[in-house]
Amino acid sequence: MSKPNRFIPYLREDRLPHIFCLGCGNGSIMNAFLAGMEKAEMDFENIAMVSGIGCSSRIPGYVKCDSLHSTHGRALSFATGLKVSNPDLDVVVFTGDGDCASIGGNHLIHAARRNINLTVICINNNIYGMTGGQISPTSPKGSFGTTAPYGTEDNPFNLAELVATAGATYSARWTTSHIENVVTSIKTALKNPGFSFVEVVSQCPTYYGRKNKLRTPTAMAVTLKVNSVLKSKAQNMSPKALEGKIVVGEFANKSKAEFTDNIEKLVQAKSGGKKVINSAFEAEL
Amino acid sequence: MAEELFIQGNEACAKGALKAGCRFFAGYPITPSTEVAESLARELPKVGGAFVQMEDEIASAGAIIGGSWGGSKSMTATSGPGFSLMQENIGYAFISETPIVIVNVQRGSPSTGQPTMTSQSDMMQARWGSHGDYEPIVLSPSSVQELFDFTIRAFNLAEEFRTPVFIMTDEVIGHMREKIIIDDDKIEIVPRKRPEDKENYLPFKNVENGTNPMPSFGDGFNVHVTGLTHDERGYPDTNNPKTHTDFIERLCNKIINNKGKICSVKSKYCDDADIIVISYGSPVRSVGTAVEQAREEGLKAGYIKIDTPWPFPDKEVKELTKNTKSVLVAEMNLGQMFYEIDRVVDVECSLIGKIGGELHKPSEILSKIEELGGK
Amino acid sequence: MRTEVRIAGFGGQGVIMAGIILGKSASLFDEKNAVQTQSYGPEARGGASKCEVVISDEEINYPKLEHPDILVAMSHEALIKYIVDMKDNGILILDSRNIDESEIEDFVKEHNITVYRAPATETAINDIGLKIVANIVMVGAITKITGVISKEAAIKAVESSVPKGTEEKNLAAFEAGFNLI
Repeated sequence: MSKPNRFIPYLREDRLPHIFCLGCGNGSIMNAFLAGMEKAEMDFENIAMVSGIGCSSRIPGYVKCDSLHSTHGRALSFATGLKVSNPDLDVVVFTGDGDCASIGGNHLIHAARRNINLTVICINNNIYGMTGGQISPTSPKGSFGTTAPYGTEDNPFNLAELVATAGATYSARWTTSHIENVVTSIKTALKNPGFSFVEVVSQCPTYYGRKNKLRTPTAMAVTLKVNSVLKSKAQNMSPKALEGKIVVGEFANKSKAEFTDNIEKLVQAKSGGKKVINSAFEAEL
Repeated sequence: MAEELFIQGNEACAKGALKAGCRFFAGYPITPSTEVAESLARELPKVGGAFVQMEDEIASAGAIIGGSWGGSKSMTATSGPGFSLMQENIGYAFISETPIVIVNVQRGSPSTGQPTMTSQSDMMQARWGSHGDYEPIVLSPSSVQELFDFTIRAFNLAEEFRTPVFIMTDEVIGHMREKIIIDDDKIEIVPRKRPEDKENYLPFKNVENGTNPMPSFGDGFNVHVTGLTHDERGYPDTNNPKTHTDFIERLCNKIINNKGKICSVKSKYCDDADIIVISYGSPVRSVGTAVEQAREEGLKAGYIKIDTPWPFPDKEVKELTKNTKSVLVAEMNLGQMFYEIDRVVDVECSLIGKIGGELHKPSEILSKIEELGGK
Repeated sequence: MRTEVRIAGFGGQGVIMAGIILGKSASLFDEKNAVQTQSYGPEARGGASKCEVVISDEEINYPKLEHPDILVAMSHEALIKYIVDMKDNGILILDSRNIDESEIEDFVKEHNITVYRAPATETAINDIGLKIVANIVMVGAITKITGVISKEAAIKAVESSVPKGTEEKNLAAFEAGFNLI
């Protein structure tokens, strides 16, 4: 037996083993999150997680913290309510490409526009895994899924760029072949007092791999690595040369007024006091 | 000290929410409910609360569920189209036992329908709008004072039973102005019950009375909340028939077994009435006038006003109608609560359903009373 | 006794505020009951808009108007649109500067309507120097002509309804209206 995972104390051991397939990227991204959290010296007791529906949205269910496994696509609206209601919490959202770019796309751009202090980790595996391999809004042109048996001709979203353009103060993209960068970006994201988005392009050997002739996790990891281009390098490449490439790096890293701070300031100005927290438990206010 | 105000129904709703302890509102503008959001946008910051205008009604419903787990009594207000969009998250609030209050100021429908006109055509949507088996609590006020009072009651019931509560009002009550009295000495607030034992707390335990205490995120209970069928710990357990059956039956029974505490009806002249008119919401006002006029004509008419359409007060309605000869239901739709009333009463039941966006005129109801009452 | 009042004009004349003041006077300061309703939607965005008030010594069930006892018209368009269902022997108050009465002569005769002319807009401009207080001038005229609310109650309602700092001008407008008839 291999040595126990050093992150076990952060997990709900009574829920293990997890449901992820062999070779899925979710496990290493969950580890990367916990490593980034330690590096950022976050208080684990103060972390609350929110997710939507899909494979990656199951991650909060394995972490021993308050977790809200919400409805498909709506994680960011649940998280917005949670963070506004209790701004002292460090709220982390786990989501996937289908969850946040398709059904939840509108919530994604509005959460970014508000620059609300949430850390969003989007595991982008370019496919719907939970439902069995349908194409998603990030599936590369020409890729196959059960709903694109002849290859998709749809144009994919570039999520990290989209979120940066919509107003996020931190946005980055890496792949599961860049775990150290993922850890560093998660650390930066957790410390950034604003909307932070870390897109991790990940492998789904079970569905994406099988449909797209990348049968082993290793084959997928190699493909992710080979196809990745650093943002600094990509700037000097032609659109033709960038076709099929994954541009990795940071797409936003700036500071701007934060949504719940603005609410706090308004409350200060109008009531002379702080925003009340846990008021539901009070008989008299 | 009691305060007297001459205000709109929607403003009274906002005032009721503030009194009840609502400190988080997330919503999206929609006629004829918008004044609720506008009032709370103005007032919440003054009491340490937060108002957020969301990108749509789906997000609004999601945000108040998140807000509630964050430890704030949370509410949204909408009308038919927005209520339709909220339905999936409403189901989530039921299965996750999240106390929230949703106000629907009903307007002519389906679809965009008649934004500025009144209606009661979402009553069955309030009952069955989200997929699955659940038991909603629905309150329907008939005056501006009641919209204030029922809003407070809605928050209290939501906390007492850890469940969503709907206020199904309509454009007439939402927009009209009347005097209301706010008497702090008479207002009772039900605060949320926090669990005590961190080690052994089960957030979804199959307790006898059906309702468990609920911590806030950040309290250290490490609660997992999911829309999947879950066990007493909150962990998904989706393929076990017994888990699902026991769980959903508990959710339904915590409302059904407490109907005595929840249901409320008011009545007048029912003891000797040959015909009883049953209504809820703003049509009660037309019925009141029509029944008084019928009595002046010597007709033995009476009426029942249902404060809580859901859970349906079948015991109360059955008892009040046991000696009458006929029942007339007045509602602003083509028959929704009618079928529930018809199921419960033992005598012939007729409907005066009105759509088009206007309240029944008392004369319309009086004619029907005369026709059925044998004049 | 139940009295039904309709105040109508074009958007921006303040007919809604006039109705709210009537309702407030009756329910908060005269110990009567009142319900106020108004037009919403495209109608309220210009054209003819209306505000309706039911005032009664008894509890008010049906909150809407069936047939107005009192119609106050502040524009010609509103007069023509909203006179049609007036009660026989009712009271019609016209902001005379804005209205051509020839079109309603037959209706007035047929239904035995008593007509009062209260040039509220002209009074607001000439006496107060502010056109926007025409609605408050009209409230003064309504109070004097109909007695549906007391003068004391009306003054309290005006004071508590108008923007802070404008009380004096508005009370002067009310007095001017009260003295018009």
